[in-house]
Amino acid sequence: MITNDELLASINSKFEGQVTVVGEPYGLLTIETNVESIISLLSFLKTDATLQFIYLTDITAVHYPEQEKTIGVIYHVHSLVNNIRIRIKVFIDGNNCHIPTATPLWNGANWMERETYDLFGVIFDGHPDLRRILNVDDMTAFPMRKEFPLEDPNRVDKKDYFFGR
Amino acid sequence: MSDIQIVGAPAGVEGSGFFATSLDKAVGLARANSLWPLPFATSCCGIEFMATMASHYDLSRFGAERLSFSPRQADLLMVMGTISKKMGPVLRQVYLQMAEPRWVIAVGACASSGGIFDTYSVLQGIDEIIPVDVYVPGCPPRPEAIIDGFMHIQELVKTESTRRRETPEYQKLLASYGIQ
Repeated sequence: MITNDELLASINSKFEGQVTVVGEPYGLLTIETNVESIISLLSFLKTDATLQFIYLTDITAVHYPEQEKTIGVIYHVHSLVNNIRIRIKVFIDGNNCHIPTATPLWNGANWMERETYDLFGVIFDGHPDLRRILNVDDMTAFPMRKEFPLEDPNRVDKKDYFFGR
Repeated sequence: MSDIQIVGAPAGVEGSGFFATSLDKAVGLARANSLWPLPFATSCCGIEFMATMASHYDLSRFGAERLSFSPRQADLLMVMGTISKKMGPVLRQVYLQMAEPRWVIAVGACASSGGIFDTYSVLQGIDEIIPVDVYVPGCPPRPEAIIDGFMHIQELVKTESTRRRETPEYQKLLASYGIQ
């Protein structure tokens, strides 16, 4: 077993200054890093002989329109050997969101990154086949961004005149 | 005497040894009581349809014993459940593969209007892509409601011209969906 403190010390020995701790909600160590060091950090977590974070649980994104860097890309990684998880956040510019792909490390990252591209428009540089996965191919917007209207504009039966408004 | 009810004869002229009616009525009677439905079931309305087909409600009483899982042999497309925008072209292709005469019934809130799924990924009613004859409300509708919708289809079939597909109204309707 590895504790969060030991894990953090191990990361800091390699990535001093590149990583800040966000918190430990429900015991889940959450750190933030930058676009330059995210892949080397993930690679370190996966290949380190003691840590062995071999399982990529999820890649997703969050849109914070009020922040300077509006798109947060979130990685969840799990060490099956040590039964410990870590969450890594990277914040990038929403108008020019590029981040290197994690597909060389995990093949499973392929569809996760396609989904994140589909819903948030995050471009994963180096991805072998970055196209939409869930939505129709001819969609032009990224629907999980906050500026996208929640309700479908084609909906007719909720118009005000049906309710005397 | 058997208690099995059979469909009555259409309006016509009857005399000793003969019965005369119009071809439209005779063909409509035959069509209405031997509809082959194609169940396009994607969610909970499909579960209600399974109850409708099973022995308790027994849709086969209305001549729809034989479900057609090939659109080419189906008369009635029963769309039951949420149709996502990505599934829209599939549904449209199924409709295009059906031979005339063909009817469509939208079962449940989702197929009729999108239902609670007022969102980017869900088609807001299948009548955005194919023409619909009967809408059945409910979320999901009970089997009685599905049977009621089916009987409305039967009424349409009985009273419809055998040459519906050649009428200008029908051609205009299909053209408005870009179907020819």
